[in-house]
Amino acid sequence: MKPPRNGLAAIAPMLWLAVFFVFPFLLVAKLSLSDTALSMPPYVPRIDWQQGLAGLQAVFAGLDNETYARLAQDRLYLDAYLSSLRLAGIGTGLLLLIGYPVAYGISRCPPTLRQALVMAVILPFWTSFLIRIYAWIAILKPAGVLNTALHGLGLPGVDILNTETAVLLGLVYAYLPFMVLPLYAVLERQDQRLIEAAQDLGSTPLSAFWRITFPLSLPGAVAGALLCFIPMAGEFVIPDLLGGSETLMLGRVIWTEFFSNRDWPAASAVAIVLLATLVIPILLFERQQAKVLS
Amino acid sequence: MKRGPSAFNIASVVLGLVFLYLPIVILVAYSFNASRLVTVWGGFSTRWYVALFQDEQMLDAVWVTLRVGLMSATLATVLGTLAAVALVHGGFRGRTLFAGSLYATLVMPEVILGLSLLLLFVSVGLPRGFWTVTLSHTTLTLCYATVVVQARLRGFDRRLEEAAQDLGCPPWKAFALVTLPVIAPAVAAAWMLAFTLSLDDLVIASFTSGPGATTLPMRLYSQVRLGVDPKINAVSTILIGLVATGVIAVYLVQLRTARNPS
Repeated sequence: MKPPRNGLAAIAPMLWLAVFFVFPFLLVAKLSLSDTALSMPPYVPRIDWQQGLAGLQAVFAGLDNETYARLAQDRLYLDAYLSSLRLAGIGTGLLLLIGYPVAYGISRCPPTLRQALVMAVILPFWTSFLIRIYAWIAILKPAGVLNTALHGLGLPGVDILNTETAVLLGLVYAYLPFMVLPLYAVLERQDQRLIEAAQDLGSTPLSAFWRITFPLSLPGAVAGALLCFIPMAGEFVIPDLLGGSETLMLGRVIWTEFFSNRDWPAASAVAIVLLATLVIPILLFERQQAKVLS
Repeated sequence: MKRGPSAFNIASVVLGLVFLYLPIVILVAYSFNASRLVTVWGGFSTRWYVALFQDEQMLDAVWVTLRVGLMSATLATVLGTLAAVALVHGGFRGRTLFAGSLYATLVMPEVILGLSLLLLFVSVGLPRGFWTVTLSHTTLTLCYATVVVQARLRGFDRRLEEAAQDLGCPPWKAFALVTLPVIAPAVAAAWMLAFTLSLDDLVIASFTSGPGATTLPMRLYSQVRLGVDPKINAVSTILIGLVATGVIAVYLVQLRTARNPS
């Protein structure tokens, strides 16, 4: 018999999420339908809790989709939207290409070494994200570490700081642990006898990999891809520090609208569009999570 | 028989780790550089560390960050442990929705999370500062704490707790005396993770912080925008050293407890 405590433990975290996660999204949605104003906070209409229901009705009457219409007419937002998805997509592809051999290599090592290697992959994730991106500025800048090394070897220098290449490099660097770990988790659990059976039946190691190991590792690849793609699409720090002024991504647009332009409704509308785009990947990620945890 | 790693396997692991660690090594090395220039090695020096400890603004930011981290990590660990217990131990109404919104916080772009939390604080008229950042960081780290505790709790034999209850122990006491000691390493790891994530966060803090509550990442960010500064390397090195020591210590403790479970 199960004690009735199960649900009780959920009450506090449930309330927390309702207040600090779910409800705020309704506010973002509401604000995206509001208008900018020269006041603090810089938008109208504002909810007057003292007026009760009448106040809420007044707010609903004041909402319109003007902000969305404004954004739709401006080419800049469409460009930022497309380049966010493009960079996150290319980044995810690169991460799969780089992360897979690393995860596979770790899974082939002896068990004692494996633990230490997994630890080594996780450790950078614990050190500051901002600092790790900052480190790349010193490497990539025109008179930076990379170019000094290239000149030392007699090679021509490269000028990639403030370009999309630098942004992609930063994305791959920062998200690599998130790709390697889910891949490693499925590869490590794989039954080695399957490979042995295939080889006993005359399969070459390469074809055994492509026909057994690789298909069986796909759930890990999907989990890793989603875990990287979703936050990368809304990334702010990496495009801001490593990308030039022409590298527009939605996370950066939201930041600029909010902090520089003080246009809160526009920031909210962009956030809603980004969220609407990410809903399907997020739901896929959750289904995957539920499968892994059950 | 299991084949060992091939040359290709070894090469990919080594290259992967070099890629992950080289920038960090360079960063640490240049924090001891006497020269201000990144590419010129002016000899070993600790002058940037001295300069760092004279930077009042930086020290204030460190203090704010530590307070926010301690407070939010503790809140997130308590809530996360409760959430993990609820999720592992069973079916209740709204479980799917609860798990769904919890995992959504894990992948949600920080810009969206920060903006939505700020709008919440503005709409209820809560002045921005220490507490708003703390509440926001608790929300950010809650799911991470849950995942860590949940992983350990799934390996726990629940019949132990039920046996205690059959012998007349009240449920909360059975949890505190039987379950909690077993999952304690995971709870400690969850706290550590929540604390580091809070220490690290720039985006959410920027949205939800107010005057007088500038966190270290916010201060670093405004410095970084002005260009490369060896003082940033120095503060980064200290942070990396602290975190690496903590994480490796936790790892070794877990390794020891795994070897002799008594």
